[in-house]
Amino acid sequence: MVQYTRADFDASFAALSDATRRGVLEQLGRADASITDLAEQFHMTLTGMKKHVGVLEQAGLVTTEKVGRVRTCKLGLRRLEEEAAWIDRYRQCWDARFDELEKVVEELKRKEKIDGRNKRK
Amino acid sequence: MDATRGSEPTPMKNRTTVERKSDRELVVTRTVNGPARMVFEAWTRPELFKQWWVPKSMGMFLRSCEMDVRVGGRYRLVFGHDASNPDEFFGRYLEVTPHSRLVWTNDEAGDGGPITTVSFEEQGGKTLVIIHELYPSKEALDAVGTGAADAMGETFEQLDELLGTLGASVGRP
Repeated sequence: MVQYTRADFDASFAALSDATRRGVLEQLGRADASITDLAEQFHMTLTGMKKHVGVLEQAGLVTTEKVGRVRTCKLGLRRLEEEAAWIDRYRQCWDARFDELEKVVEELKRKEKIDGRNKRK
Repeated sequence: MDATRGSEPTPMKNRTTVERKSDRELVVTRTVNGPARMVFEAWTRPELFKQWWVPKSMGMFLRSCEMDVRVGGRYRLVFGHDASNPDEFFGRYLEVTPHSRLVWTNDEAGDGGPITTVSFEEQGGKTLVIIHELYPSKEALDAVGTGAADAMGETFEQLDELLGTLGASVGRP
């Protein structure tokens, strides 16, 4: 999901409000890690770490992938940037399109003015 | 603290926004300086539509544009410089409410195409245009972005190609 709505921003801030989760992001910035690795490193239960990773995943900050029995976590930022870039290109296309549309509407307005003037004559 | 108070309003370019509202929805908004009936006309008369739908910066060429704007009526846009390799976009109008609403299907991708709803809301001589695209699945909408994102990963020498791809993803009416 692209981080564009208020709800998404709220999710990101909520995810970053916790010291453990910030630590997890820092750790994943250095290398991908499994949930088991992270749980050990942060002296937590597997269930506790799963919850933290879940919050980060919801916010789009982390992605996880299960291979066999191991769930590997990595930073989700790259994908986020790609999506943001895509949305921005899409916006630029529409922006250019609407600029042209405004010209067409201006022309219609101009014509109507002239027609109105002619009718009054 | 309003510095512009009392002075002539500066003509400002209207902003275009794009937001992914949910897994399956994409929403584009823009205010256009003109009454809804004119904006609606520009969306429904092919000779006007052709003038703005494919801006030069999109790097695409609109070969033909047929629009039968009525409920159940069909449209077909053909893109591309090369007649032997045309890019077609087509579908059907599901709703046509003059000056306020247009709904159409995008059938060129089979079942994966979105339903597009465009609403026109006039306020003080200006019209807020809201384009809402509802995709059949999260995967279908993701694919639009992934296609573009994959292209972005390639080198900048292929920028032309990229513009083509992006243009294609917004080529639907």
